Amino acid sequence: MGQFIQQLINGLTLGAVYGLIALGYTMVYGIIGMINFAHGDIYMVSAIISVTALTLMSALGISAVPLVLALVLIIAIAFTSVYGWAVERTAYRPLRNASRLAPLISAIGMSIFLQNMVQVTQGARVKPVPTLMPGGIELFTHAGFSVHLAYTQIMICVVTVVLMVAFTGLITRTSFGRQQRACEQDRTMASLLGIDVDKTISYTFMLGAALAAVAGVMVTVYYGVVDFSIGFVAGIKAFTAAVLGGVGSLPGAMLGGVLIGLIESYWSAYLSPEYKDVATFVILILVLMFRPSGLLGRPEVEKV
Amino acid sequence: MIETPQNTLLEVNNLTMRFGGLTALDDLSLAVPAGKVTSIIGPNGAGKTTFFNCLTGFYKPTVGDVVMHHPQHGKLILNQLATHRVARHAGVVRTFQNIRLFPSMTVLENLMVAQYNALQRASRFSLAGLLGLSGYRRANEEALAKATTWLERLGLIDRANVAAGNLSYGTQRRIEIARALCVDPLLLCLDEPAAGLNPRESAELNELLLYLSREHDKGILLIEHDMSVVMRVSDQICVLNFGHKIAQGTPHEIQHDPNVIKAYLGEEETEEVSA
Repeated sequence: MGQFIQQLINGLTLGAVYGLIALGYTMVYGIIGMINFAHGDIYMVSAIISVTALTLMSALGISAVPLVLALVLIIAIAFTSVYGWAVERTAYRPLRNASRLAPLISAIGMSIFLQNMVQVTQGARVKPVPTLMPGGIELFTHAGFSVHLAYTQIMICVVTVVLMVAFTGLITRTSFGRQQRACEQDRTMASLLGIDVDKTISYTFMLGAALAAVAGVMVTVYYGVVDFSIGFVAGIKAFTAAVLGGVGSLPGAMLGGVLIGLIESYWSAYLSPEYKDVATFVILILVLMFRPSGLLGRPEVEKV
Repeated sequence: MIETPQNTLLEVNNLTMRFGGLTALDDLSLAVPAGKVTSIIGPNGAGKTTFFNCLTGFYKPTVGDVVMHHPQHGKLILNQLATHRVARHAGVVRTFQNIRLFPSMTVLENLMVAQYNALQRASRFSLAGLLGLSGYRRANEEALAKATTWLERLGLIDRANVAAGNLSYGTQRRIEIARALCVDPLLLCLDEPAAGLNPRESAELNELLLYLSREHDKGILLIEHDMSVVMRVSDQICVLNFGHKIAQGTPHEIQHDPNVIKAYLGEEETEEVSA
């Protein structure tokens, strides 16, 4: 029982992070119909930036935790959005009218480029970060197993929920959200009504990168270790989350993220931690085979 | 070159569009005035839709250009503008033969999307929109008011919150026109707006087109096969056949033009007899 609750907490925390990354996949897929395989590396870049920012803060002697966290978030979001913008501008926009395969290959190239760039400039060693928010709450003890809720876990869940609410508001109620959805449904028509489609796509990439940036900061604070290769696996898991929820569906991405997080932590606890990645990818394969449109996605209807 | 009278809105000069060996439009010149309905007719494949595609930046014409005389922004060469600038800056909006609404948005949202300009300026990267600041709220209310006005005028107000894709064909056509009007166009280009409409709906369309051109001084460029609409509302008609302009004039002149009868109306009459 204690174990079960503990894994629920761990799984939800992990799932929140996957969900934040998955949103970026799903938004970009929605608007230009491509899987941005460099998105996981955008998240990695954000984690590295937050390590730098955290180190900078401690060098400057800023130690109030909420202030440090807010500053790191702002710095990471700012820089990572610029990365998101630059990736779209250089690797995808020139291929806007090319065959579907071209931007996909370009995305994989971009992913390799980002990983190597960080490896070369930051070194390949794992970067440790001092614990920012130690401790937590001991919820209860059951049959000798104490269930623990860390402050970082509370923070991750709260930040994710707040972001989801703000993000849903942005997409459903503001004029940017309407433009974004219009471009998703019919890019040509949107431009004929005066919407700057290129700009909307740029903003979408920046928004997706900003969400990945938050995930990067959270993970850095949560695990305390970061290196240049974390983007790959996290990216593929978030992609699995997006596919599971239904690529193109925003609530689907969040639901998929939480499900993947839960599956991973229960699998690690009850079956085998070594094979947790296998569990995730088996789900990816099963979903693609039996329900390619995902849990909340609509089956794609061929336009005629 | 043709001479351009005072109230010319759109001026088409020697427009030629070739696709490889096929000449879809051949040396077309035309002046479209404000406050009047100009119809483009012709058999299938005559180059009518190609002409619209050249206007709105889809195709870059092989030769010639399309000039918009904008009262505020001066002379604008449409074929050199990006597509979204054609709508936003030059005030030219088109509809499609096959309706292109945003199907999973509500009717009202479809009309709000078209009011990009004012709202985007007020929303400041959406922050103002999220926080509900007063400047954005005011812009939003104005946009809503405009959308509501057109919905009421077109008898769509009770459908405002229905997903556009769920509505009937005739209704979707009207929404598409309402949405185009929300851009505040100077020139409205309608590609077969009467297709698929029943006689009552197409009579309403006639009335709407006359109302827009007379009361709102919109220039209207109309591609249409339904002669009951064309002959009733047009101030001038331009007849295309295989990319050439074979006639231009008032409905009366066109109905009696021997070239037109041979190329176009004659065929339709025999069809009607056999049907």
